[in-house]
Amino acid sequence: MRTVFYALSICLVVALAFWAYDEGYRTRATERAVARLERTIGARHQELSMLKAEWAYLNRPDRLHELAEMNFESLGLVPLAPDHFALADQVSFAPPPPPEPPRNRIAGKVLERQIGDVIIMNHVFGAEAESRVIAPPTLADDGEQLP
Amino acid sequence: MIFRRRRTHAIDPFRPVTPTVPRPRDAAPAAPRANPEKLRLRAERRLKFTAACFLVGFAAVGLKMGAISASEAREPATGGLAGAGIVSERADIIDRQGRVLATNVTATALYAQPHLMVDSDAAAEGLARVFPDMNPETWKRRFKSGSKFFWLKGNISPEQQQAIHDLGEPGLLFGQREMRVYPNGPLASHVLGGARYGEQDVRAAEIKGVAGVEAVFDDYLGDPAREGAPLRLSVDLSVQTAMERVLLSGMKLMNAKGAAAILMDIHTGEIVSMASLPDFDPNDRPQVLTQGDRGDDPLFNRAVQGVYELGSTFKIFAAAQSLELGLTNAGTMIDTRGPLRQGRFRIRDFHNYGNQLSVTDVIVKSSNIGTARMALDIGGTRQQAFLRSLGFFEATPVELTEAPGARPLVPARWPDISTMTISYGHGLSASPLHLATAYASLLNGGTRVTPTLLARAAPPEPGPRIVSERVSAEARHMLRQVVTRGTASLAEVEGYQIAGKTGTADKPSPTGGYYRDKVITTFAGVFPAQDPEYVLVVSLDEPSIQAAGEERRTAGWTAVPVASEAVRRIAPLLGLRPDFDPAADSFGAYLTRAGADN
Repeated sequence: MRTVFYALSICLVVALAFWAYDEGYRTRATERAVARLERTIGARHQELSMLKAEWAYLNRPDRLHELAEMNFESLGLVPLAPDHFALADQVSFAPPPPPEPPRNRIAGKVLERQIGDVIIMNHVFGAEAESRVIAPPTLADDGEQLP
Repeated sequence: MIFRRRRTHAIDPFRPVTPTVPRPRDAAPAAPRANPEKLRLRAERRLKFTAACFLVGFAAVGLKMGAISASEAREPATGGLAGAGIVSERADIIDRQGRVLATNVTATALYAQPHLMVDSDAAAEGLARVFPDMNPETWKRRFKSGSKFFWLKGNISPEQQQAIHDLGEPGLLFGQREMRVYPNGPLASHVLGGARYGEQDVRAAEIKGVAGVEAVFDDYLGDPAREGAPLRLSVDLSVQTAMERVLLSGMKLMNAKGAAAILMDIHTGEIVSMASLPDFDPNDRPQVLTQGDRGDDPLFNRAVQGVYELGSTFKIFAAAQSLELGLTNAGTMIDTRGPLRQGRFRIRDFHNYGNQLSVTDVIVKSSNIGTARMALDIGGTRQQAFLRSLGFFEATPVELTEAPGARPLVPARWPDISTMTISYGHGLSASPLHLATAYASLLNGGTRVTPTLLARAAPPEPGPRIVSERVSAEARHMLRQVVTRGTASLAEVEGYQIAGKTGTADKPSPTGGYYRDKVITTFAGVFPAQDPEYVLVVSLDEPSIQAAGEERRTAGWTAVPVASEAVRRIAPLLGLRPDFDPAADSFGAYLTRAGADN
């Protein structure tokens, strides 16, 4: 009986030792994982602040102004003015659907040649506003517009 | 499972044994008495074993204590997100809508440790190739001087870093740090100020504010307990942009050498835009001018530090006080026959306005004589008290390092002639910010406002009352007529009823007296007049323009068109809806506003 008891205790001690070491190793592994995650979070935060700074730099008013001027032809953006305010009554209903494209392809091409040069301007300048040169967009090597 | 040895005899040895119970006959014979020597050895063995156990236990504790005391103290690695919490050592500055005005990016610094160098001469030559501003001879000498450490560059670009790497010199090393960046360049430069490095280390460098809000909130921005929560200013980036653009083009058009503008919320005192030209780029803050006029330095904030005589813009204070005291009302006729003599001084008007004008017309036509007469009626003591309550006797409490140094220049004595000249803005110098604060306090319904650059979370409690609601409304109505039929007629912006006053003051010359052909022109106004929301002050330094056939320097031709263009651009950005209803301009509308607050 006593032998069995001793054998069982030794087994128990060995098992507990295994368990304790295993817990220890797992804890250390978790600690390392947490430290790694924290480093990653720190690095991501760093990247985030860098990206925020870049976003702020790319959205600086000077650059936006120049881009708006470059793309005036397509966007027609002008500074906000008092006459841009309107009442809800003044807003017209949705425009009628665009006319069907002409069936005849040749006629369509002729029409396109006739109206292709017309630039649609969303804003009418005052009579005494000085004329201004609208520069065509300049493209960088990678196709991005640079002010 | 517990096995218990069977008892072989009675537990209690002192219990008398009853003779009735027979002793077991077949009890085992008593064990022979053990050898005492053997017993002693066994006891000794046991004692030694116990002692050894204690020894091992204490040794383990002692070893651990030794190890703890010998090792370097370290925070526990887990818990509290040690690495992730601290992102940057200095908080961002954002505008009232959350757009970034100042932030940090990582940067690289370059330093040298000459004792690690393979060839210090080659290193100096290589450095001079990468950085043309470094003199190779100087650095050769320094590397040989025996010092073990030199800072070479505060922050370098990745290209320069690669070029240094390519030199292959082990004694040239890189340090990590953060760099303060103002992504909008010179926008709001005088508000932000700038930053520089304080204490430097190889692993990090402290960023310190030099001027503006960066310096005032230095501790606040660098406080780790706030965990990088940004500082929110009352400035609006898009309004500031529009203001600086308008001001710059106005300054060029009017041939002025400097300009300043302030836009302030009339009820809360929040400064929505503050511009001073010429300006600078806080990313590359210039040196302070060591020669020439300090007032021409780009670092000089004209809106806060520039203390000027503000001219006729002061006239409304005399008129409002006269109304408040009940000495006059808006229609009372004032004698304007000139010149008005006081001792050896004579006060004249720009034109002769006839024998008498009503109080409203004194303001509308900007008559010095009429204002001086009203001020004489008020008296110097009461005038001083009124101007003191508007803040003209102390520096503005705005959150800029430059502000406490800009105290208004007030005369030490206050004779009658001072009373008269100060009533039309000569003899007392104050900054445009003082003027904006005073206009806001007088015209917002008559309660004092405190200027601030911080966005307020909630509208502040109204300050002490300066004038009654009614006087405030009457003052606004007078100023409105300055625009509709007076000296500031160019200020009219359809839809936004601007009310304001022009001021043209001769510049004092450093040799004494005044320049004949150099002026500072100011326009101070509020809009919309019947229910004011914002106060605007525009000031131009030495403007001069050819208009209508002659050279013009007065504010009506210079500062006023700039102010009107500023309102035209800025008011829509602020979300103010234009009101084209002609009834908005009747005095009744002003009074309704005055009554609505009660």
